[in-house]
Amino acid sequence: MDELINDFIAETRDMLQALSGAIVAWEAHPGDRERLDEIFRFVHTVKGNCGFFDLPRLAQLSHAAEGALAEVRGGTREADTRLVNAVLAVIDRIGELIEALETGEAVASEDDEQLIAALTPEADANVPALEPVHAAEPEAKKALRSIRLSVDLLDRMMSGVSDAVLARNELARRLRDAPRDVEVEAAFERVSQCIAEIRDGITRTRMQRIDSLFAGLPRMVRDLSAELGKQVQLEADGGDVELDREMIEMIRDPLTHIVRNAIDHGIEKPEERVKAGKAAAGTLKVSARQAGNQILIEVGDDGRGIDGEALARKAKAAGLITGEQAEKMSSAQKTALVFMPSLSTAQEVTEISGRGVGMDVVRANIERIGGVVDLDSRASQGVRLCIRVPLTLTIIPALTVSAGGQVFAIPRSAIDEILRAGAEAVRIDKVGDAQVVTVRGRRMPMVALCDLLGVAPLASESERRLILIKPAGGDIYALNVAAVQDHEELVVKPAAPAVMAAGLYAGTTLADDGSPILLLDPSGMAKNAGISFDEREFQALLAPAAQAETAREATLLLLRTLDGARRAVPVALIERIEDVPAEAIRRSAGKLRVALGERIIPLAGVEKAPKEGKLRILRLTDGVSEIAYGFAEVIDIRAVALDVQPASTPGEVGGVALIDGEQVETLDPYWLFAALGDAAPAEKEVQPVCALPEGDPWMENMLRPLIESLGYRVVAAREGIEADIVIAGEGETLQIRGQSADDAVHRYDRAGLVSALSRGTKGRANG
Amino acid sequence: MAELLLIARLAGRRVAFPASAVEAVVELEGITPVPRAAGHVAGLSALRSRVLTVIDGLASLEFGASGDLREAIVVPSDGHTYAIMVEEVEDVVEPDAAPTPIKAPLGKGWDRVAIAMVEADGELILLVDPHLLIAGPAAHAA
Repeated sequence: MDELINDFIAETRDMLQALSGAIVAWEAHPGDRERLDEIFRFVHTVKGNCGFFDLPRLAQLSHAAEGALAEVRGGTREADTRLVNAVLAVIDRIGELIEALETGEAVASEDDEQLIAALTPEADANVPALEPVHAAEPEAKKALRSIRLSVDLLDRMMSGVSDAVLARNELARRLRDAPRDVEVEAAFERVSQCIAEIRDGITRTRMQRIDSLFAGLPRMVRDLSAELGKQVQLEADGGDVELDREMIEMIRDPLTHIVRNAIDHGIEKPEERVKAGKAAAGTLKVSARQAGNQILIEVGDDGRGIDGEALARKAKAAGLITGEQAEKMSSAQKTALVFMPSLSTAQEVTEISGRGVGMDVVRANIERIGGVVDLDSRASQGVRLCIRVPLTLTIIPALTVSAGGQVFAIPRSAIDEILRAGAEAVRIDKVGDAQVVTVRGRRMPMVALCDLLGVAPLASESERRLILIKPAGGDIYALNVAAVQDHEELVVKPAAPAVMAAGLYAGTTLADDGSPILLLDPSGMAKNAGISFDEREFQALLAPAAQAETAREATLLLLRTLDGARRAVPVALIERIEDVPAEAIRRSAGKLRVALGERIIPLAGVEKAPKEGKLRILRLTDGVSEIAYGFAEVIDIRAVALDVQPASTPGEVGGVALIDGEQVETLDPYWLFAALGDAAPAEKEVQPVCALPEGDPWMENMLRPLIESLGYRVVAAREGIEADIVIAGEGETLQIRGQSADDAVHRYDRAGLVSALSRGTKGRANG
Repeated sequence: MAELLLIARLAGRRVAFPASAVEAVVELEGITPVPRAAGHVAGLSALRSRVLTVIDGLASLEFGASGDLREAIVVPSDGHTYAIMVEEVEDVVEPDAAPTPIKAPLGKGWDRVAIAMVEADGELILLVDPHLLIAGPAAHAA
């Protein structure tokens, strides 16, 4: 807390100093709107900061001054000499109190009331207009524990140290070429170490964990919610994100305002929340993370949201927008009115966040440092405010990689994992012109850095690495690079506009040897590569059971069979696609089988074993057994609504689906498994079998995945089929005939179904 | 006193830059290419601890690429520092007379970057705005 209060003192003193010109100017011209706004912002900021600390006098004074100035700003009051004097007296008192805080001295408080009274319009002759009391500069009686340095100076030191590092490297090169001299080397070693230490120190002076910004929040939230009779739970996340010290200072005020607003206006009182069906305690989430070349700070509450309509009405009443404009505005635009000066939806003016003025100050401050404020408000669900500030001169941990003989850097924060392309867990499939990587069941598109940059890979770059990249707000993808060089802490500087225009880079940086390195922008690369794969789509397919109740679409792999027909296979069933040599295929025990490693699995789709060359196969799995399906080539991957016309006779082709207006035969993997898979040597345990009536799309698309997820193999209910459980549908009710008992379950009673089916397996296991 | 001029050779011609716009003249040591950047961006180079964006003067005029020129003038512009590759930097001179507007079309490329004519060294030469060279041809088209 000491550090925070020191910051507060230093900051307020700085502001007072900067403000002195404005005060004089305003005194001369009380009608000067710009000066008025400046002074208003000052008292507003002081008031806001007081929320962090227990400083009732400062809070009272600044609140009173803010109130009077707001009236002037709102046009309900004239700035006459008496008011000007009264405000200036308050500002002087604030200055005195700040000095007193620092030296630990007390300032007489009797006339605080008088100062505040002088601010009211009712203050008449009884209260003498106060002359501004210019406080004498008190001598610093206590040694300061921190000093403020201009960031410019730090920048100069930083670049000086960087130059020293480069000079050292140059010297190192020369020393290597020169005849060895142990003493010179030892001295050089020492110089190197010193430079490294200085560099480290300077670097750290600029950087600060965002923790220091978050540290004051819990107390503030606690005090505010207690004062307002609200229950608020604060969740702060990402405190270890490092940010330029200057940036932190710039964000402090806006963040304070946003949090205050969220608690004051956003989160409802407990009884109101309960009535609305929410938990009595509201949640306030504050998080920070680095995203490419930006730092994102999000503040989200689950309160009532911003009333855009009310804002629009107010703006109209205040003459800020016309009725016509108001009608044309989208709800997002209406919500954004909250950023207009002098607008607030609060019914009453409160001491906490005042008059909604915070938001225009917030936006002005963020934009001044090249940042952006995004607002997302949902009625009765809450508000999410996102501050994005640039990452200029921030030190970020990065990974350097090479492609085409050139070195690039990737922000470490976006990297999920690094893999060798040939690793066992990694599979790369070529699907059309795209490449898809599967890592432990997770599928993602692959982008080759060389292709993306349009550079030719070097012949020596045979070994490939895959870097799984998760850009902010985007889906994961794999970046194929020639080699991973090193982890480095890099000072990133913005690149020139002509370089940024490529859309691939987040900035530039210098390597230790002084050569420039481009920092790649993870989301820019994804955009540039035109990645349209949606990981979630794939995930959904990999877990069909979880999605069974909603999934009506399936992703199908379109392929051309060896006899030239177009067929489709659900992607979810495909374990992998691979080429097998002709020698691996043999007819044995009446079936064609293919040897894959140490396993032999049945092969379909092929009439007879090819004599030579290679055969491309799909490896299909139902979770336990595996079969192979030989085919000629992959045509495409398509997500289509599963509207399959069942084939009249059971066989390899299960039905016909309409894809892009063309009829495509869909493979019936269940038939394939039933016909071939039974005797599969790969099958180690016998699965329970469930028989389903054929031709019912609901059962086929919805029930079937559920049953399969419970470990059953599903077969078509037909004469002579043996099954552990037979399901028959009668309207809305399902008849489940098991070995142990019979059940009737409503078709959407998932729990009932699951329990009936689980009983079936158990009964079988026992019997 | 008239503004000093830096005389350099670009695309086989003598041109003048306002000396006040030029921070330094350097020999570039190694250029890191920037894949997929605009054609007139030759790459990045380091000047002590600063990153320079290297502009190919010839390419900016749409006269082709400069090849491996090493001499460049360093120009700070809009918060970034650029190095413009030229064939040769000759001298810094005082102009014989104040710059005069250009009356005749200069031809493709030059029209975009030349701001005036100036008499120096007993010769009439073009005064080129380095910032326009930095902006490149695309900015003009936009």
